[in-house]
Amino acid sequence: MRLYLHFFAMHLKSRMAYRKSFFFSLVGQFLSAFAAVASIWFLFARFESVRGYTLSECMLCTGVVLMSFSLAECFFRGFDRFSRVVREAQFDRILLRPRGVIFQLICQEIDFARLGKLLQGALMLAYGISVSPVSWTPARIALLAAMVLSGTLVFASLFLLYAALCFFTLEGLEFMNVFTDGAREFGAYPLDVYGAALLKFCTFVIPYALFQYYPLTYLLGRTDNPLCALAPLAAPLFALPCYAVWRIGARRYQSAGS
Amino acid sequence: MRAYLSFFRMRLINGLQYRTAAYAGIFTQFFWGFMEIQLYGAFYRENPDNFPMALPHLVSYIWLRQALLRLLDTWTMEQEMLDMILSGNVAYELCRPTSLYGMWFARHAAQRLSATALRCWPILLVAALLPDPWGLRLPPSLGAAGAAALSLTLSLGVVTAYTLIVYFSCFFTLSAEGTRAVLMPLIGLMSGELIPLPFMPDGLSRVLSCLPFAAITNAPLRIYSGDLAGTAAAQTLLLQAFWLAALVLLGRWMQGRGMRRLCVQGG
Repeated sequence: MRLYLHFFAMHLKSRMAYRKSFFFSLVGQFLSAFAAVASIWFLFARFESVRGYTLSECMLCTGVVLMSFSLAECFFRGFDRFSRVVREAQFDRILLRPRGVIFQLICQEIDFARLGKLLQGALMLAYGISVSPVSWTPARIALLAAMVLSGTLVFASLFLLYAALCFFTLEGLEFMNVFTDGAREFGAYPLDVYGAALLKFCTFVIPYALFQYYPLTYLLGRTDNPLCALAPLAAPLFALPCYAVWRIGARRYQSAGS
Repeated sequence: MRAYLSFFRMRLINGLQYRTAAYAGIFTQFFWGFMEIQLYGAFYRENPDNFPMALPHLVSYIWLRQALLRLLDTWTMEQEMLDMILSGNVAYELCRPTSLYGMWFARHAAQRLSATALRCWPILLVAALLPDPWGLRLPPSLGAAGAAALSLTLSLGVVTAYTLIVYFSCFFTLSAEGTRAVLMPLIGLMSGELIPLPFMPDGLSRVLSCLPFAAITNAPLRIYSGDLAGTAAAQTLLLQAFWLAALVLLGRWMQGRGMRRLCVQGG
């Protein structure tokens, strides 16, 4: 942990060397999240509700997804550049060091521009909580926290899977963005909006619905099924197959030899 | 003119080389369009009377936007050209017996066209085969098709001129990253990339449709489906032509100013 803080300070210093560009990209991140929220707001201004969800209910959902995505992104997006690490055989160097491989990769790329998004995510979540019709009890707050954390884990697992696949393909698979950036974009709405087939996919294949749709219906009082409240606990199981792919890939790794 | 055409051809052939990236892009864009149509469909079922466009018009709009994403998006920048300005290598480009503006304009337009030429067909084809309310349909008349083609050409011009302006802003700011990071989300909203302009509050959408950014995505896609027809379409085309001229003039002026500063810096 101390080592991580050390890396953190190092990256922060190197970013601060270019203060203006850092500042602008922070503003930019902020604006792009703002544009996404604005478009949700525009749609609700016109239609008032979608599938019975009102703007305030949807904002709670947006807040949860945005917050967990930006948390995952802030710490785990370093895996995005992993294709380069494999191709240029830098992975050899990482293997030689006396620390966990995943830990080192997390340390390698800490992107502070994403702090803008983190801030936006936190603000969005706070806003969602304040406008939502839910009357907050300690149990509900705990459920909300579980949703955010389990969402972070799901997104982090996806980033790990993305990197693990690089062992096999040697290049980044752009289509994986559908499952990360796409999920952030479309996860802003409760997932049953997109129809039953997609909801099933998001329950059993990639468990977005376990931290978003099911606990949300429980929070909003649409269901009393306690299983829905426990769903966020099941979502982190998704990390297991992702980690397995990573292990298989790492074992298969033969240096690129350059 | 021939020189510019061959710059255009060179870039086109160069861009056609990268196939794998294109296939991944196609999948992403198709999926994105599909999800978005589901979303609008849900809003439509909820409150069909408030829907500001006919549903098939909207569906065509989204599919076309996905297929033509690389043609009309406002965030594509070529790092190579930015580097040229930053490193001073732009001086080599100035040695050529052609105008820098014309050459870069041709080059960037070709870059967009080649990226699109690779990617658009599978999306258009699959979207056209989808069952009725969810598929891409042909424009309502030959006239609309012609107007859409004309409008799309103007759009390519406008978006290229806009991109060059961002490049040339580098002469003054020495880094495009900041400008780009701040502009990108706003322009995306204003051009109809994020949501079609009619879905915004009425006053806002009326103001935005007069701005140059609406001439990029909003205009050709709505003319295609017949959402804008007759006088409205004609007006939009005129507006596009006006903005194309204005942005080209602005770009050339910025280039001239930038060149003068470049000499001061010594390249």
